Amino acid sequence: MGMEGIGARVLRKEDQRFITGKGHYTDDFKMAGMHYAAFVRSPHAHAKIGKINKSAAEKMPGVVAVLDGKQLTGDGIGNLICGWMIHSKDGSPMNMGAWSALATEFVRYVGDGVAVVIADSPDNARTGAEAVEVDYKVLPHVTEAVVAMGSGAPQLHPEAKNNIIYDWEIGDKEAAEKAIAGSAHVTEMEIINNRLVPNPMEPRAALASYDSAQDHFTLYTTSQNPHVARLVLSAFYQVAPEHKLRVIAPDVGGGFGSKIYIYPEEIVCLWASKKTGVPVKWTSDRTEAFLADAHGRDHVTKARMGFDKDGRITGFSVDTVANLGAYMSLFSSSVPTYLYATLLSGQYNITNIHCNVRTVYTNTAPVDAYRGAGRPEATYLVERMMETAAREMGMDRAELRRKNFVTEFPHQTPVIMCYDAGDYGATLDAALKASDWAGFEKRKAAAARKGKLRGIGLSCYIEACGIAPSAAVGSLGAGVGLWESAEVRVNPVGTIEILTGSHSHGQGHETTFAQLVSERFGLPTDNVQIVHGDTDKVQFGMGTYGSRSGAVGMSAITKALDKVEAKAKKIAAHLLEADAGDIVIENGEVKVAGTDKKLGWHEVCLAAYTGHNLPAGMEPGLKEGAFYDPTNFTFPAGAYVCEVEVDPDTGKTEVVQFVAADDFGTIINPMIVEGQVHGGITQGIGQAMLEGAIYDGNGQLVTASYMDYCMPRADDVPSYQVSHHVTECPGNPLGMKGCGEAGAIGSPPALINAITDAIGNNNLTMPATPARVWAALNGK
Amino acid sequence: MTSKISMTVNGRQVEGSVEGRTLLVEFLREHLGLTGTHVGCDTSQCGACVVHVDGKAVKSCTLLAAAADGGDVVTIEGLADGTRLHPMQTAFKENHGLQCGFCTPGMIMSAVDLVNRHKSNGGGKLTEEKIRAELEGNICRCTGYHNIVKAIEAGAKAM
Repeated sequence: MGMEGIGARVLRKEDQRFITGKGHYTDDFKMAGMHYAAFVRSPHAHAKIGKINKSAAEKMPGVVAVLDGKQLTGDGIGNLICGWMIHSKDGSPMNMGAWSALATEFVRYVGDGVAVVIADSPDNARTGAEAVEVDYKVLPHVTEAVVAMGSGAPQLHPEAKNNIIYDWEIGDKEAAEKAIAGSAHVTEMEIINNRLVPNPMEPRAALASYDSAQDHFTLYTTSQNPHVARLVLSAFYQVAPEHKLRVIAPDVGGGFGSKIYIYPEEIVCLWASKKTGVPVKWTSDRTEAFLADAHGRDHVTKARMGFDKDGRITGFSVDTVANLGAYMSLFSSSVPTYLYATLLSGQYNITNIHCNVRTVYTNTAPVDAYRGAGRPEATYLVERMMETAAREMGMDRAELRRKNFVTEFPHQTPVIMCYDAGDYGATLDAALKASDWAGFEKRKAAAARKGKLRGIGLSCYIEACGIAPSAAVGSLGAGVGLWESAEVRVNPVGTIEILTGSHSHGQGHETTFAQLVSERFGLPTDNVQIVHGDTDKVQFGMGTYGSRSGAVGMSAITKALDKVEAKAKKIAAHLLEADAGDIVIENGEVKVAGTDKKLGWHEVCLAAYTGHNLPAGMEPGLKEGAFYDPTNFTFPAGAYVCEVEVDPDTGKTEVVQFVAADDFGTIINPMIVEGQVHGGITQGIGQAMLEGAIYDGNGQLVTASYMDYCMPRADDVPSYQVSHHVTECPGNPLGMKGCGEAGAIGSPPALINAITDAIGNNNLTMPATPARVWAALNGK
Repeated sequence: MTSKISMTVNGRQVEGSVEGRTLLVEFLREHLGLTGTHVGCDTSQCGACVVHVDGKAVKSCTLLAAAADGGDVVTIEGLADGTRLHPMQTAFKENHGLQCGFCTPGMIMSAVDLVNRHKSNGGGKLTEEKIRAELEGNICRCTGYHNIVKAIEAGAKAM
C-alpha cells in the first residue's frame, strides 16, 4: 500500500546520520572520568603462566590498575560458555574445557588475554600493558584440527581427550554406504573450507560503567544482540543480575556473526569498572580483532557422492573435521552440526545421506558463526561435488542439477530439514539466461585469442534462515529460544514507535521495519521511529543473525500491528457508530467501508489516549506487544553463475561476470535486498580467491593486519547482475525467507567451479591465489 | 611532552595541546569531538579515517596532529554546506552506497577527492574501472562496492 509499503525502494532513513558523520558507534561515547583498558595478550600459542610481575606497569604514567585472571575468578566472575549442547554419537555430552575471561593457568592461543591495564588514556594503557612481565613456560602447540586429533598431539583441555570436543553424526550410515556401493559412478573429493576472519569495519569496543549508588552497570558494546549479551553476562558470568545491567548496542559497524558473542573483553570491562570505580572503555585495534575476534569456517572434509547411470544421486557420505580453536565460543558447537550437516541435501532429492563431524580444539582463535555459518561449508561441498561429478560423467552441469532438483513441497530431507517452498528450476533458468550460459563457448574462444583461459561455474544453493521453532532447537541442544519480540507504540498524535529485539548493524531495519507500518496504515515512513539496541527500552529480543530479522523479527512486528489495528478499528467503529468489521484503514484514514464516514488516523489515536469516549470496558492507550516463534526454518535458495578469465602465465584470475538469481520470498525493499546480495557475494569471492587466516609453524597468526590478510577491494570484484524470483514462505505471515547470507553461501563454489573449468583441473583449494591457480594449471 | 597546535577544521580555527605521538585522527575525535572520522585499521589500509588536509585526501591515522599544524582540514562533518548536503553525500544515499556506515565518511571523503583530481586532470568520463582502481585504499565490508561505484559515478556528475 502506498509509495513506501512492501516492495518499494524506499531510501534509507538511517543514511542521513551516516553520510554526515553523525552516527554514534560505541567508541564515539565518552563518560565523565572515563579510563581505558589495554589487554596483555599471550605471544605464545600454548604456555603455562608463571609469575605475573605488575610492579613496573603499576608505576607507569596514568595507570590506575593492573588486573589478572586470578583476581577475576576470585571475584566470582564465571567462565565463558557455549550455549548449544551437542552430544556425541555414543551419547556423551560435548567435552567443553574451561574458558576464563582472563587466563589463569594456561594460555592456549596467540592473543589469549592474560591481564588488563586500566589507565587514563589509550596510549598510557597500551604502554602500561607493554610493561607487564609474564613468565611463560612454553608448551608444544597444534593449530591444525586433523593433526590435533592424532596421537602424540599436544593436549589443550583435560576434558577433551585427543582434543576432540564431540564425534557426532546425522543420517543413516549403513544406508548411505550401501547406496554408494551400488552406484554407477562415485565422485570422491577432499574439500578444505578455509579459515576466515569476519572483519566488520568497526572493530569491537566496550564502554562499561558501574554506578555504586544504584549498584547498577551500563555497557555500551558492539553487539548484534544486546539482550542475549545481558542474559549471558547475568546468568552465566555473574557480572550482575539482569535488572542491574543495561546493555546498549548503538550504531554498530557491521557484524557478520562476529558480534553475536559475548567476548572476554566486555566481561573484563564491566568487572574492571566496578573494581576501579571508573568507567572503562576498550576499543580493539585491527590486529587485536584478527587475533581475538571469533574466526569462521575451517573445515576439512572427505566426501563421496554416488550416482545411478542416469545421473540421479543415490547416496552421499561426508566425514568432516572442524577446527573450533582454543575455546568453545558461544554458538560454536551448532555451526558444524545443525547449521551445516542439515543442509547437505542441497537443492536435491537425496534419499541416503550420512555425515560424521568431529570438532577439535587447537591453539588458534575460537571459531564460531561467520556470515552463513555452516551453510557456506555445506553448499561449497555439495556444489563442488555436483560440478565435478558432471564433468567426470560427461554430463551437462546444469542438467545434472536439474535432474536431481526437489520439485515437490513440502520435502522432507534425511537430515532433519523439511523444505517448505521453492522453485529451483526457475532460479536456475534465470541465472543461465542472465549469464548467457549458452553463448559461453564464443566468449571462451574470444578470450583464448587474447591468451586468456575463460571458465564458467555454477552453484545452486539452499540455506536455512529464521532459525527455528524454539521447541525444535531446544530439543537439538540450543540453550535459548529463538523467537523475536516487538512492541508497537502509537503516540496520541498518531506517530508510531516500533521497539524491536532485532538489531540493525547495516541491514537498514529503520527503513524496512517502518515500511511495514506504511503498508498497514498508509502512513509515511517519516512518521515511524524504530527503537532497538537498548535493553532499557526494548523489553527483550534475540537479536540479529542467521538472516532472521525479516522472517522472525518482522513477523513479531506484524503480530503486534495486528493487535494495534484491531483495537484502532474498535475505537473507530465506536466513534463512527459502525461495525468494527466494516472499518478499513488506508492512506492514514480510518473509514467505514462503502460510506463517506471517516476519521483521520491521528483522531483515532488521540481518542485512544484521551479516553473520553471509548467502547465500554476498553483500556485507554494504543500500544501492543507480541512475541513470535517461527513454525519452521525458512529456505532461501537460488542459482549463481560466475565467469572468470585466468592468465595462464601468472595464474591471476579476474571475475568477469557474476550473476545471482535468488528466491528470498517476499521482499520488503528490493534496493536493500540487492545490497545484501552484493555484499554477500563479495565476501564469498573474498573467501574463494583472496582471504585465508594462516597460523605459521610457531602458532603465530601471520595474517593479522590488512597488509597481510587480503580483504576484497573495489578492484577485485565486478559489478553484479542480481534478480529475484519469489516463492512465498508459507511459514510466516509476510512470506519472507531472509537474504543476509545467501550471497556468501552461494558464491564460493560458483567461483571455484569457474576457475577449475578454465584450467581443466578439479583439484583446487580456496583461496585460489594466483600461485595456487598457476600450480593447479601446471599440474604441480 | 606536549605542544600547542592550531589549524582550521571545517572552516573554524581550533587550537589544542597534543603529545608528539598524537595522531590527527585522535585530535579530531578525542580533542575536537568530531567522531565522524573513524579508525578501522592500524596500517593505513582501510581508509575509514580519510579527511582532507589542504585540499587533499589524507589518512588521518597516519599523520601526526602536529604535522597538520597550520593546515586546513575538512572532515565529513564539514562537507555539507549547512543543511545542504554535498552532491557526493546525496549520491551515496540515493544509490544505497552504504550499509553499516562505518567506512562511509572515509569513502565519501576519498570519493570527493577522487572526482576533484579527475576534474583537475582534464575530466572526461570517469569509468567504472578508474573508480574501482582509485578506491584501492578504502575497504568496505558491507556493500561489495557495487553501489559505491554507482554512487561515485552519480556524485561525479553532480559535482
